[in-house]
Amino acid sequence: MGKSPDDIYKQMENNAKVMEESIAGALQPNIKSASGLSGGDAYKLYKAIEQGRSLVGALMDKVLVKALAIAESNACMGRIVAAPTAGSCGILPAVLLTFQQEKNIPRTKMVMSLFTAAAIGMVIAKRASISGAEGGCQAECGSAAGMAAAALVEMMGGSPRMASHACAIALKSVLGLVCDPVAGLVEIPCIKRNAMGASNALVAAQLAMAGIESLIPVDEVIDAMKEVGDLLVPSLRETGEGGLAATPTARKLAQEIFRNDSKNKQL
Amino acid sequence: MDVFDIIGPIMVGPSSSHTAGAARIGKVARNLLGQEPVEAIIELHGSFAQTYKGHGTDRAIIGGLLGFEPDDLRIRDSLAMAAQKGLSYTIRKVNLKDAHPNTARITVSDYSGNTVVVTASSVGGGNIVVKDINGLEVDFTGRSHTIVIPHRDAPGVVAAVTGLLSSNHINIGEMKVYRKRRGGDAIMIIEVDQAVSQDIAYQILCWETRHKRWVKAQMIYISRWKTMQR
Repeated sequence: MGKSPDDIYKQMENNAKVMEESIAGALQPNIKSASGLSGGDAYKLYKAIEQGRSLVGALMDKVLVKALAIAESNACMGRIVAAPTAGSCGILPAVLLTFQQEKNIPRTKMVMSLFTAAAIGMVIAKRASISGAEGGCQAECGSAAGMAAAALVEMMGGSPRMASHACAIALKSVLGLVCDPVAGLVEIPCIKRNAMGASNALVAAQLAMAGIESLIPVDEVIDAMKEVGDLLVPSLRETGEGGLAATPTARKLAQEIFRNDSKNKQL
Repeated sequence: MDVFDIIGPIMVGPSSSHTAGAARIGKVARNLLGQEPVEAIIELHGSFAQTYKGHGTDRAIIGGLLGFEPDDLRIRDSLAMAAQKGLSYTIRKVNLKDAHPNTARITVSDYSGNTVVVTASSVGGGNIVVKDINGLEVDFTGRSHTIVIPHRDAPGVVAAVTGLLSSNHINIGEMKVYRKRRGGDAIMIIEVDQAVSQDIAYQILCWETRHKRWVKAQMIYISRWKTMQR
């Protein structure tokens, strides 16, 4: 790349800064995406937790709020960092930023763990795919969860071996997950899948940190993900034609959006 | 591929291909015009045409035409800003033959009526490929510093340009020349490792003035994406 290690670190540090900024944008009650399909859920969760209505505990709450907030920020044309994609941009920052704050991890360590996540992502991109159009949602929210699980292990002092098992465990849990966005937009079910992806990463990291291993090595899991992605029919690969997108409610929503589109068109 | 292809780009949501890539396509059209645009016809094909409202593809392309990078939050308000800046635009859905699903054809003009027609596709992760300029088939991504020179197909043109670049210590990474027919309209796409200064652009223009080998008296220069170095 022709850049000094210092410049590369600074660029990643800037990515971390934008990740932090992207949370605040969506933590408001009244935000809405251009289609009107999404917005306001992160705030709803934030309020519920503030009022003591928590089921899963403070740490998980904070992760979930961030994952929803960043994904909603993306849907509402906020500024985000694709990680690895825009549709899955909430998972990695939700996990890393929460643990950094709650466990008092130095910022440099958090930024370095983003390199761990990137390295895992590069392996997945090379051996399989990080695009929903090619490999389904397993390739987007699945890859993000695998990256986040490995990065969290690394940041919390686990070994590289543990990090790779964390990635394998996270990926194994979402093999076959299809990409079926309603009306073809990065909103339903993508935003909530960011919350699920973050929780998947936490579970995988926790298991791996306890020394639990995936008997199928991570490289083979990634190869399996590639094979499963290739087997997915096109209607389940980001075309907005199958799965949830083909349900009666989704079709109705899509029709309403496109009707409004043609009404507002500046022709 | 490097780490910032995975953690990155920084962009205005919601979709790297429908929003970030669309903004880059708009920016390329602006750079190819080389002047402030006053009129644009934006034709959207495939998934761009189907989902442009929900993905803000229209706002992103117009933001790019106004000079915004994919991470510029002004993209959200670009439709209103276009009116303020005197850019009128039309958005149409089209069916382009054999085109990538996320393709736009932009016809953009400046105040003196110079017009450029650019067709480009958004191929994923915010990356784009420019496919056609003024009816000449091309193929470049804009990730490197790129010099685009429309010219007349004649002996010596390529040698003159590459000679000027060489004497200015500009290293050529990739270079392609396309022409409509022998002796007809042609276009040179040169991807270089260093930024090209105004002075070098001027030298190439001077050569043009002496030799009259250009279709139009202009040199077009597309700078590299800036998003990654923000």
